[in-house]
Amino acid sequence: MRLLDANGLALVRGGRLLFDGLDLTLEAGGGLLLAGLNGAGKSSLLRLIAGLLRPSAGRVERAQAALADEALALDRELPLQRALAFWGGPRLGEAMAAYDLDRLAEVPVRMLSTGQARRARLARVMASGAPLWLLDEPTNGLDRDGAARLEAAIAAHRAAGGAVIAASHAALPGAWRTLELGR
Amino acid sequence: MTGRLVLREVRRGLSGAAWLPMAFFLIVAAIVPFAIGPDAALLGKIGGGALWIAALTAALLPIERLVEPDRADGMLDQLALGGTSEEAIAGAKMAGHWLTFGPLLLVAAVPGSVLVGIDGTALGRLLVALAIGTPALAALAVAVAALTAGLPRAGAMAGLLLLPLAVPLLIFGAAASGGAPGGALQLEAAVALLTVAGAPFVAGAAIRAART
Repeated sequence: MRLLDANGLALVRGGRLLFDGLDLTLEAGGGLLLAGLNGAGKSSLLRLIAGLLRPSAGRVERAQAALADEALALDRELPLQRALAFWGGPRLGEAMAAYDLDRLAEVPVRMLSTGQARRARLARVMASGAPLWLLDEPTNGLDRDGAARLEAAIAAHRAAGGAVIAASHAALPGAWRTLELGR
Repeated sequence: MTGRLVLREVRRGLSGAAWLPMAFFLIVAAIVPFAIGPDAALLGKIGGGALWIAALTAALLPIERLVEPDRADGMLDQLALGGTSEEAIAGAKMAGHWLTFGPLLLVAAVPGSVLVGIDGTALGRLLVALAIGTPALAALAVAVAALTAGLPRAGAMAGLLLLPLAVPLLIFGAAASGGAPGGALQLEAAVALLTVAGAPFVAGAAIRAART
């Protein structure tokens, strides 16, 4: 099953052409690693696939997607579990266990450390049940345990027929197709 | 999702400072007699208009917390990704904001009317006019909050935008409060309806345009 089909994508940001003529497809179980220098357009491509930016040319067709970008998108005054539950994802319990967040369920989001907040945003993606994950620098701020849990979550998601697009400077284990932007 | 958004707005409004605009409203109402002097007849004449000005300025206070925090924290992006249209987000925010703003303002208008010497039937007319006007004030506040979200000095910009946009509502609302003949109340209701119906589209387009 094809989860992403994009043809002839071009994006101009701030008067600069980031990429053009970009064709992307992703099948179930696929993994795409976006590489490139800072400012090459990795995050912009993720936002474009998410539908938050309009391409200057080309079109995107995709399955339901979930995005983990810089923003946490959780209510700061709520306990973590309730903040995650606002999004109504079908896999909330599973996601909290996968990132070892159960013991933080009653802690208000504003009290979370940077690394814990990073885990929470990844759990939000997993909880959504969306087949296509868009991850922007997913390993940033994670400790060794967090990174291992992320890798396990990605592997399980892909094995279950999901697909992942990750923009990352760090190498992620597993088989990834790499797209080098900014060349 | 829209229902959950309305509830969220109400919860945030109540856990935040929902009483702040009301306190501000009452303070403005309280300083009117100091500025005008203790002439009861004059106060009774201008009291309705003075309370409308107090309501307008009180409507400015919550603007900065209505849209900008959600934009900065990625909530608006995630809602859009989940398939909620920007117009629906704005409509839910308006409904949720009104629930924490309109009824409280009506309650505050009762002691406020005492401060400017309005009572009896005049108070009834004022409450009806405010009840019709507050949904429009809430809708304008959300639209202006969306238009200024992410701008530097957004608070000052919001005042510059909201007050002129509220002038038609103010004219008919204050006239209806004063018991003016000629269907001021109907015209106020028409302006309020137009504002409530149009504001979600303005706010929705502004939220999309603010996306980077």
